[in-house]
Amino acid sequence: MGLAQRRAAMEMNMDENLRRELSQHGIVTLSLESLCNWGYNWGRRNSLWPLGFGLACCAIEMIAASMARFDLSRFGAEVFRPSPRQADLMIVAGTVTKKMAPQVVRLYNQMPEPKYVIAMGACAISGGPFKQGYNVLKGIDRYIPVDVHIPGCPPCPEALIHALMTLQQKIAGQTLTGPDRPRHLDPAAPSEFAVPAYGAHDLEPAFHPQVWHPPVLPREEPL
Amino acid sequence: METLEQIKARVEATIEGVRLEIIANGSRGNPASLLVDAAHGADVARFLRDDPQLRLDYASNVTGVDWPDRVISRSQVVKEVVDGVEQEFEEVVERVEPGYLEVVYHLYSMALKHGPVVLRLRTQNRTDQTHLPSLTPVYRGAEFQEREVYDLFGVVFDRHPDLRRILMWDEFRDYPMRKDYREPDDYEYEPTPHGPVFAKARQHYPPEAPHD
Repeated sequence: MGLAQRRAAMEMNMDENLRRELSQHGIVTLSLESLCNWGYNWGRRNSLWPLGFGLACCAIEMIAASMARFDLSRFGAEVFRPSPRQADLMIVAGTVTKKMAPQVVRLYNQMPEPKYVIAMGACAISGGPFKQGYNVLKGIDRYIPVDVHIPGCPPCPEALIHALMTLQQKIAGQTLTGPDRPRHLDPAAPSEFAVPAYGAHDLEPAFHPQVWHPPVLPREEPL
Repeated sequence: METLEQIKARVEATIEGVRLEIIANGSRGNPASLLVDAAHGADVARFLRDDPQLRLDYASNVTGVDWPDRVISRSQVVKEVVDGVEQEFEEVVERVEPGYLEVVYHLYSMALKHGPVVLRLRTQNRTDQTHLPSLTPVYRGAEFQEREVYDLFGVVFDRHPDLRRILMWDEFRDYPMRKDYREPDDYEYEPTPHGPVFAKARQHYPPEAPHD
């Protein structure tokens, strides 16, 4: 609470000495906005309901993370839902084939806002060992916005827990107003994305430019 | 189990007009296979399944092989008379051997615990005459594997009960396991390219990127 309190003091143009003196007497000063912010984010981040949906071997690790030994419920994300209408976290656990990718986008579109995506494993983030094949999508972030990427083949349950904590930190840092507000509070931001169509040679389009575009990297010739 | 030569002789004695050929396998320990003409493929399979000495009742594996057109170049010495003097020229003769698609079946006997007998069927060419008889009426378990061969190689199995693509989507037009298949160019983002991927990724590099 200390950080939120200090930030609130700055927002209120409150004198730091006065704030410290008040807190020594047990009086906590907060702006209403930051209190709302904190409470709203606290509620969101500690009750993520994942969509129970696995695509390949990463799903086994996801299941292991939700079982008693690793126990995802310690982080408030144990309620795996069988329907996208009831879930707000999509864990893309495994290889996304090009035949499956439209269904993944369709499931994402059916989830209510606020919704988050964790791309789990080498395949889901980049195509992984099947990258040069003809039927594996080179990362689900080409079609839907991904909040956290987990490398690994497959990532261990601790890695999934770390990704969940990273997502929780990301949610905790969001503000309800202003230009940095989350997507579901911005009426102009899209919450659904076009389902790619099956083409004669590839999915059409190959990626959504509003979600992903090829990053430009400084290149050097290999030795 | 009988040798492949004995099986070949008995099949030829039983089925009229069948053309068989034994294809040797160069590597050690691998069995030779029996090339069956396309018209009699199902008959031969039915014979092998029902024959009391063989009883090859189990098709364990159906595979496709793509053999592209081969250019065979052979040099030969040609004698020609130039200005009244006979001279020898070396001439390279190129011959194009047409390619074909091949389907390989591995047959075993669950009842008599022997096998495998390897059957090969070849199409006329790789483009328009790619029909082969389906062995699914003989071996029910071959259905999905023949669909996979149809999907990835483009062999059309006649009398198959349900010939649809099984792995790729129905709108897909290519045959990914053929040698001349080129996958879609989605190499826009390759953080650590090397080998053949580097050659593909390089075409997407921006022109202003440093290349020295």
